[in-house]
Amino acid sequence: MTRPAARGGSRASADRLARLLNLVPYLLARPGIEIAEAAGDLGVTERQLREDLELLWVCGLPGYGPGDLIDMAFDGDRVTITYDAGIDRPLRLTPDEALALVVALRMLAETPGVANREAIERALAKIEDAAGDLVGAPVAVRLPGDTRRVEALRAAVEGGRALRITYYTAARDETTERVVDPLRMLMVGGRAYVEAWCRRAEAVRLFRADRIDAITELDEPATVPPQAVPHDLTEGVFRPSSDLPLITLRVGRSERWITEYYPCERVEAGDGDQWLVSLRVTDLGWARRFVLGLGPDVTVVAPVELADQVRATAAAALDAYAVPVAAVRRAPADSVPPGDPAVAAGTQ
Amino acid sequence: MSRTRTERLVNLVICLLSTRRFLTAAQIAATVPGYEHDPDDARDHEAFQRKFERDKAELRELGVPLETGTASVFDAEPGYRIAHREYALPDIPLEPDEAAAVGIAARLWQHAGLAAAASSGLAKLRAAGVDVDPQATLGMEPMVTVDPAFAPLTAAARDRREVGFDYRVPDRDAPTRRRLQPWGVVCWRGRWYVVGHDLDRAATRCFRLSRVVGAVRVTGAPGAYEPPAGVDLISHVARWSGPVERTGRATVLAAPGRAAGLRRWAVEVTAGPDGDHLVLPYADPDGLAGQLVGYGPDVRVLDPPEVREAVIQRLKEIAVRHDELAVSGGAR
Repeated sequence: MTRPAARGGSRASADRLARLLNLVPYLLARPGIEIAEAAGDLGVTERQLREDLELLWVCGLPGYGPGDLIDMAFDGDRVTITYDAGIDRPLRLTPDEALALVVALRMLAETPGVANREAIERALAKIEDAAGDLVGAPVAVRLPGDTRRVEALRAAVEGGRALRITYYTAARDETTERVVDPLRMLMVGGRAYVEAWCRRAEAVRLFRADRIDAITELDEPATVPPQAVPHDLTEGVFRPSSDLPLITLRVGRSERWITEYYPCERVEAGDGDQWLVSLRVTDLGWARRFVLGLGPDVTVVAPVELADQVRATAAAALDAYAVPVAAVRRAPADSVPPGDPAVAAGTQ
Repeated sequence: MSRTRTERLVNLVICLLSTRRFLTAAQIAATVPGYEHDPDDARDHEAFQRKFERDKAELRELGVPLETGTASVFDAEPGYRIAHREYALPDIPLEPDEAAAVGIAARLWQHAGLAAAASSGLAKLRAAGVDVDPQATLGMEPMVTVDPAFAPLTAAARDRREVGFDYRVPDRDAPTRRRLQPWGVVCWRGRWYVVGHDLDRAATRCFRLSRVVGAVRVTGAPGAYEPPAGVDLISHVARWSGPVERTGRATVLAAPGRAAGLRRWAVEVTAGPDGDHLVLPYADPDGLAGQLVGYGPDVRVLDPPEVREAVIQRLKEIAVRHDELAVSGGAR
């Protein structure tokens, strides 16, 4: 991580050196291990591992005679280190390694609903202890969440049965029931999700834990079809695809925060304080509620359809409050459509 | 690196681990295979020195604690050795469930650099004899992501070095340059922050890492300051963006079957002839108004008047803005 940029492919070589220094104590701790097992454990191919062993075989203590070189005994597909030439322990953790392990353990320990938290905390204490002052690691983690809800969900997911859930879909502002076959639970950006095969959508879906309003375990096992592929979440939960509708908003200063909370395709400076913000939405109905909710500092630029919907919805709502639309217009009164119910009601 | 270079470096590590005396470069060259050269040939000697410097740098990058010193008071030339107790990972007696937790933690990183660091760290634990069950799960796994400023800021906080960075807040037009003595980095509700002493404001400040623009510049020397003793990093961030108490109660009339989102957090729902009366808890009337406006004519506020007025005011302004747009042809 803080390692300087590789100089002419020396990164791969540094990796190999690290691997070799690690290999001797690894094998020393596991006399007679199968080469295939060791390779799998260390994340290298069997062939790479055999090449590493060949190289180590010619390394050793000064003198470099038969009694000085690293030695090993092969028994079929098994290997035993018989002389370690002094590399009997792995190298201590680097600051980056200590940080990566400690922060990930802290995240895990803080995750609401995680199983065996006590073991995570014991492991964390031991790693911190071994890393010593490297991990004055000034990183603190707090992930508040509804632990009871998440634990109940986890128990249901681990039960291995299909689940009937009542789920609120914000994109359509509706609550529906559906049967899902759970895959796993995960936490992304501080929020808990159940990833499951949704029998209604016939696809893998992420369900936000705080939007699952009810859950029933069914009397049948969860059966995830073979075509189900878990989401790639490296880019976040919502990755807008280019076939979704694109909306463009003129956004005043007070509402610019939306550019931090929603993935935006384009943000440009407009007139005065205004920014022109373009983002993809799954549903224009959601976009209408979104724009209305943001308030007066946001105007729809495109599509026209959305601008019309926002205007019509605001007018209809004002009508419900018996506030004549004409009263809010700066345009002359004769521009009000003749059939405008607010005018007809004569409340002005 | 060629096979010969790797071989030379492994032999160098073994040689320096085995010696208690500091070995000079000349002694190392005479011992470790791969450094053979003619010390009397200036060019050959210079090539050796360059090679040896590169190798030392390589070992230090890997974290090999190369010690420098002289073998005796009569020696002027520096020598090298590696102290075994500095080199070796201390014993970490992990129970199987603890080892499983470390194994799971190591695969949570979505950031390539930290993922590599976590897995090489785990490989060292395995080499120390720890067996990690690759099948273990904890039922719930966080995806651990960080902003690019995470690595430089944690390193600066660890080394107590002042930093400078450009910071963009959405409601300002341009990023501002900030100077900070970072105390630590905090993850709060899935977002990352740095907490420290802001040198320009002369006060404690936190900054959201996602708002740091461009590179973090490390400007100060190591050990330049000391964070306050027992500082609680979380409290600085949590105080700044903590949860809110919803003590207000508003009553709205919702059209039958509509406004599913509001019904979910209504504390009371009563069916009536003209729709359902929902009682909604809220903290800030204006915030609630924003939410209610989203539902348009499906939801009408009955009480309190301040929420009702706020909704009507917002609707009027939205109608005007979008109406002007239609009149001026702005959206057509």
